[in-house]
Amino acid sequence: MLKQIEGSQAVAEAIALCRPEVICAYPISPQTHIVEGLGELVKAGHLAPCEFINVESEFAAMSVAIGASAAGARAYTATASQGLLFMAEAVFNAAGLGLPIVMTVANRAIGAPINIWNDHTDAMSQRDCGWILLFAETNQEALDLHIQAFRLAEALSLPVMVCMDGFILTHAYERVDMPSQEQVDAFLPPFDPRQRLDPAKPLSIGAMVGPEAFMEVRYLEHVRQMRALELIPGWAEEFREAFGRDSGGLMRTYRTQDADTIVVALGSVLGTIKETVDAMRDKGERIGVLGITCFRPWPSAAVRAALARAKRIVVLEKSIAVGLGGIVAANVRASFGGHPDVVHTVVAGLGGRSITRESLARVFTAASHGTLAPLTFLDLDHGLVERALARERQTPHSGPVAEGLLRDVGVVAAKIS
Amino acid sequence: MFEIRIHGRGGQGVVTAAEMLSVAAFLEGRYALAFPSFGSERTGAPVVAYCRLDDREIRLREPILKPGAVIIQDPTLLHQVDVFGGLLKDGYILINTARTFGALGLAEFVKDFPPSHLLTVPATEIAMKRIGRPVPNAALLGAFAAATGIISLESVHKAIREKFPAKIAEANVLAAADAFEHVRHEAGATEHAQAD
Repeated sequence: MLKQIEGSQAVAEAIALCRPEVICAYPISPQTHIVEGLGELVKAGHLAPCEFINVESEFAAMSVAIGASAAGARAYTATASQGLLFMAEAVFNAAGLGLPIVMTVANRAIGAPINIWNDHTDAMSQRDCGWILLFAETNQEALDLHIQAFRLAEALSLPVMVCMDGFILTHAYERVDMPSQEQVDAFLPPFDPRQRLDPAKPLSIGAMVGPEAFMEVRYLEHVRQMRALELIPGWAEEFREAFGRDSGGLMRTYRTQDADTIVVALGSVLGTIKETVDAMRDKGERIGVLGITCFRPWPSAAVRAALARAKRIVVLEKSIAVGLGGIVAANVRASFGGHPDVVHTVVAGLGGRSITRESLARVFTAASHGTLAPLTFLDLDHGLVERALARERQTPHSGPVAEGLLRDVGVVAAKIS
Repeated sequence: MFEIRIHGRGGQGVVTAAEMLSVAAFLEGRYALAFPSFGSERTGAPVVAYCRLDDREIRLREPILKPGAVIIQDPTLLHQVDVFGGLLKDGYILINTARTFGALGLAEFVKDFPPSHLLTVPATEIAMKRIGRPVPNAALLGAFAAATGIISLESVHKAIREKFPAKIAEANVLAAADAFEHVRHEAGATEHAQAD
């Protein structure tokens, strides 16, 4: 059924169609509307049986999800930013225990300085925690990925994080096709847990493991993620047959067939990139796009195949490995087995900085002309940076960086973007 | 694609206006994307919301930099925010005010715009009368429908009824209808004056 609704509401309704039995809720922007929406659905009796638990922190949210999942319940929670960091210990535990929890991360920057706007630093900070990480391009894909995520998680006994851009998707009203309960029930069988805490058949989950078997536990975790790489394309195909649209899968290419330049990116920025690429194609530039849906496990072979014929690659990412450069770019380079082509990193949109067609066209054109630096910060205010550096040169007591920059910037209310 | 930028202050329903506009367009079978400029959520602080309308899927997610219409919910923003930034030369300007463009000091700025694209409507007064609160958003959408014809008043009414509980919705529906009539009446008066 077609609807024009907020992304958060669309995800809440899709989660409800997946019949979770336990939902752990703790509010944090920009995720809050999702659990609020679910809370209303539970209260109104549209989602039953389901226990909606208001917890006291994100650490508790993930801990309760772990307990619920270990007891054999389909468990869901959502978070963002500092909330994800606060639950980090439990996030690793969920993966190590092999509990198929599904969590939405409404991607938001990490402080300090505190910032509520979108980038991918939160999810990227947990990229090696053992969860499967999926990134949605649109609200339609966000809701579809959640339906696929429960299936994937429960089949592999691994937790899945569905990442959707905070505000840009969560707070956007756009058209979505909401599936019926019958469609979701046919695609997603009831949860049949691999392990279950049951008083009638006592067992323990979470034993201490010493050097004799710890490595093997981690190895099996890795093997399960590698197995996901084989299964995800088939499930995306099955999803397409059942729901009539392409959503999910490992990755998607756009106009890459004869492309000399391929832009690699994740999430909602892919839409603006495609518009930019279309305009550049109209002018004769041979440029295409590779959108990564599945970031963990990393689809190395598929990425290598998709980029094989490109003369240059531009990885545009909303994250940064401070002291290295790009996180996604490092993964792309790893796919070439130590023989990378020209891989440019463009760090963009940190802390909600707008990413415009004009700026994208500028860096993509520079790449095709061979003038793009290996690492570029899109629309960085160089003057502002220079003033801060000058202050630091002038005095050893130049004060806090963020406050100094804000003084230089002045009033921001007059700006449109 | 038609792009609308709505400027107002926190508490005036700026974001809700963009959302309802997107719903109205959706109900007419079109694609629409509404999104806020995030962060300035404090009551009274300047807020911007955006709405794109198209006949095909909308992929573009940059802020609206070259709007075809700006809706200004609070005229005190004229001196604080670059509300007309990037506005197309034949764009629409709709301001919530009982004053004229000249009285607002905008005569010089708007002199090259098509006169039929320049609209003022006392949306706050209409809202106080119909809703009892200074929330001008529904009235401004009614005025927008009358001025541009891009969406119908009927679709605006349906969007309002989707967004609000019945009693509040009906008050807002009346406000939208009043503003629609106000703009129609003004346009009629202008045409009449020109004919004379």
